[in-house]
Amino acid sequence: MAKRRILIVEDSPTMRQLLVFALSPLKDVDIVEAEDGMDGLRKVSSDSFDLALIDVNMPIMDGLKLISLMRSEDALKEIPIVVITTEGSKEDRDRALQLGADEYLTKPIHTNRVLAVAKALLKG
Amino acid sequence: MNGGRSSVFARGEEFLRLFKRGAEFTQDLLTENERLRRRLADLEARQESAARTPHDWNKLRQELSNRIECLEEQYRSVRERLRDVEDENQSFAERYVEVEEENNALANLYVASYQLHSTLDIAEVLKIIIEIVINLIGAEVFAIHLLEEGTQRLEAVVAEGLDLSAFPVHQLGSGPLGSAVARGETKCWEATATGDLDRPLVCIPLVVQKRPIGAIAIHRLLPQKQAFSPLDHELFTMLGGHAATAIVAARLYSQSKRKLNTIQGFIDLLAR
Repeated sequence: MAKRRILIVEDSPTMRQLLVFALSPLKDVDIVEAEDGMDGLRKVSSDSFDLALIDVNMPIMDGLKLISLMRSEDALKEIPIVVITTEGSKEDRDRALQLGADEYLTKPIHTNRVLAVAKALLKG
Repeated sequence: MNGGRSSVFARGEEFLRLFKRGAEFTQDLLTENERLRRRLADLEARQESAARTPHDWNKLRQELSNRIECLEEQYRSVRERLRDVEDENQSFAERYVEVEEENNALANLYVASYQLHSTLDIAEVLKIIIEIVINLIGAEVFAIHLLEEGTQRLEAVVAEGLDLSAFPVHQLGSGPLGSAVARGETKCWEATATGDLDRPLVCIPLVVQKRPIGAIAIHRLLPQKQAFSPLDHELFTMLGGHAATAIVAARLYSQSKRKLNTIQGFIDLLAR
């Protein structure tokens, strides 16, 4: 079975390390990290991914912009997206889901919840 | 004439054959009848012998009662075993949740301490503390105060959620924050913001070898964060020690680097 690839787009190294740790029980998975929305867009466009975890508040290009760009591209619009953010209001959640995010998790995260969501979306 | 005689003879033969078959069939019926009669008699005899007397009936009843008791005992035992297994299952499920929580806590603590000690640049260290307080604790408004040794004042050096100038300067030993830092005790008052920047929700003194060097004052949590969890308290303790050590190490490194540059410059000057 081919390795599945997960992209983490998050500007905080602390959160990136925690997310990598959270996903570490997944077998046959390659995790690629991006430091901001632009870096994320570059990486997601140049390689194929099975899942993307995206923060909202990031420098250069924010997560919502990245999601809308991904959803407008034929090659990228099928990639499941999980938003992981400090923004916990209903409006923020609705906006992200409307743009095409599949799941919306607020910080502080629980590593088991992230793992469960990733497993579910990778299966689907 | 001869033809008529042979025809009568053939019919006579045919009749005789039919008569014989009838006789055989009658014989078979009689035999079967006899067999069934014997079987009936046998069954009647066995039925009579099964419970011929009240004693037999009692014996039969006793045997059946014993059998029922035995089955009930087995049923009780199976029920008890099932209850034990259910209890065990419940206990395993609870333990699993506990292990998941512990795993999550360890992951958070590991990542936080790893990041804190990943750099010797003071600005980077402060940035990492901010990341930890936002992302792992879930604070929205907070500041990191560092102690000015000469004046014994705790001044905010970095802040999140509000402008740095909005955070008051605290005197070591006075007020909720100053007193907590002087005692070196993490104080967690409540999870609901008061809006008063003199009264933080949480004060985490930054202490190295029992010497306070500053504090993290949390004033408001993210809207989705309703209360502090046991993990938050562990993170407060970890930050109190590790963040302080990281800040002191970065400061010392910066000082020694500066001194080294000065000495190197002096040596270069002498060597010319």
